[in-house]
Amino acid sequence: MNTVADKKPRLTTSAMIASIASEGQRVQAAPFGKALVAYAAEHPEVVGMTADLAKYTDLHLFAQAYPERFFQMGMAEQLLMGAAGGMAKTGLVPFATTYAVFGTRRAYDFIHQVIAEENLNVKICCALPGLTTGYGPSHQATEDLAMMRAIPGLTVVDPCDALDIEQAVPQIAAHQGPVYMRLLRGNVPLVLDEYNYKFELGKAKMLREGSDVLVISSGFMTMRTLEVAKQLEADNVKVAVLHCPTIKPLDEATILAEVRKPGRLVVVAENHSVVGGLGEAVASLLLREGAAPAKFRMLALPDAFLDAGALPTLHDRYGISAEKMSKRIKGWLSQ
Amino acid sequence: MTSQDTLSQIARCAWRIRRYAVRMGEVQGQGYVGQALGYADVLAVAYGHAMNFKPEDPEWEGRDRFLLSHGHYAIAHYAAMIEAGIIPESELETYGSDDSRLPMSGMATYTPGMEISGGSLGQGLPIAVGIALGLRHQKNPAFVYNSMSDGELDEGSVWEAAMSAAHHGLGNLICMVDINNQQADGPSTKVLGFEPLADKWASFGWHVQRVDGNHLPAVLRAFDTARNLTDAKPRVILCDTLMGKGVPFLEAREKNHFIRVDPPEWQQALAILDETAPEGAQA
Repeated sequence: MNTVADKKPRLTTSAMIASIASEGQRVQAAPFGKALVAYAAEHPEVVGMTADLAKYTDLHLFAQAYPERFFQMGMAEQLLMGAAGGMAKTGLVPFATTYAVFGTRRAYDFIHQVIAEENLNVKICCALPGLTTGYGPSHQATEDLAMMRAIPGLTVVDPCDALDIEQAVPQIAAHQGPVYMRLLRGNVPLVLDEYNYKFELGKAKMLREGSDVLVISSGFMTMRTLEVAKQLEADNVKVAVLHCPTIKPLDEATILAEVRKPGRLVVVAENHSVVGGLGEAVASLLLREGAAPAKFRMLALPDAFLDAGALPTLHDRYGISAEKMSKRIKGWLSQ
Repeated sequence: MTSQDTLSQIARCAWRIRRYAVRMGEVQGQGYVGQALGYADVLAVAYGHAMNFKPEDPEWEGRDRFLLSHGHYAIAHYAAMIEAGIIPESELETYGSDDSRLPMSGMATYTPGMEISGGSLGQGLPIAVGIALGLRHQKNPAFVYNSMSDGELDEGSVWEAAMSAAHHGLGNLICMVDINNQQADGPSTKVLGFEPLADKWASFGWHVQRVDGNHLPAVLRAFDTARNLTDAKPRVILCDTLMGKGVPFLEAREKNHFIRVDPPEWQQALAILDETAPEGAQA
């Protein structure tokens, strides 16, 4: 019975493929699709394959540009990965796209056995990484990095923005071996062009210096961390940001060198479960190398099946909104 | 060569495949020898008649691809590749041993001529679809042969691939299903019924033949038909086979996924094969 009217309007779940860009943020449309079309112009060996999600992974641009090099595999992810492996065995370089949940969870054994075990040249590019949809666990790929990291020889990439994606495409294509890349699609925020930054496969890059906090981050959490760093500056908290888009192989030297600079709270921020992602990769590196900092925290999604709802609500609920991140970092500093 | 000559030649080929498989089983003291004996006739037609390949160059681009999806049939496939001259006969002694190129389950990274790492059942046909698409895209006229077991029909990925192969009109894809009605937990038809199997494949858009997989003339005709069709549709050859075929005491043994063979029986099996050798056959 509706006895009390809600004072505060409830946010509604946005479209599944809504952009993660905040209002007024600079964006670029379909950076993955455009970069792939450009690269493929000079590389006839590149083919595109999808499991009924070309439009939703920006692969439709490739399909329009090169219809004879585009292969629709239907809503069948095991087939997609198996056939991509087969294509690669004939010398082609397939880019296989779907949503991250389906690509990783449903087709895991096909990536493991068909693609990775033979080190085949398949580039798996998957949209809706982590908490970028409000459709609930069926579509939220909160453990994809953990699963992909565990596969020997698989390169794993979690890009931040349109620039990262645009520059990553030719590099993962040229890389000899299988790659899993998380994909932001549609109108993708553009942030890193302000930081004199270039994507380099396998490298972590310092985006800003700071003496109080070192945040090591990947994916869209890097752009959020940059926003938080600006906010905290007003409170005289100096935050350094190390962007680590290649999750595997990890740029251990850069991470160790930064963590070993004394006196900083070290935070790993990622759009992924606390289990098995960048945070645990960094934690195990630091312990192994005797480089554990005085304070180490993980800013990630909980080990739980997440709620459905509007993304701003959910990011706030799980502590990865800029506001919540600021509060948490300040809290950790004062502990 | 007359048809009778062809048949005689393939019969000798199948006989040698059976002998090589039994010898490998003896080396290891175990193995899927029941499957190897049952499937030897199909392999003899594939490697001894139907397929294009260069034994000295297993990576030759123009080769027909043979995908062993049921990786545990490696003992049979190695035997066929020894017969085909791809693997030296002397290597048979290493089967299943440490550091051998002939592991118990077939793996592409170990063995020349082994196109895929099978064994995670239901993966061969999806891979075959990709290879067939890739070859056609590059105007390579080679055929792709996917070899699988009836137990694999349980895997949904097989039917994803079956739909896709028909959708893409893959006339360069031939699938062989070994129907010996035996999988890990018992008779395949009891574990998960697959009949009417020919109707299933036909309704998925495939050209279907069902043959007695131990009747060489029938197998030979089926392969010729599959290769010579001009329809742009994938072809499947459903091969009903008898596990242990050619060695009566193994044919009669209680049917099991992994047939028990006692140590003296390997030599007894070889002796029986030798007694029943086709005319002109030499070990």
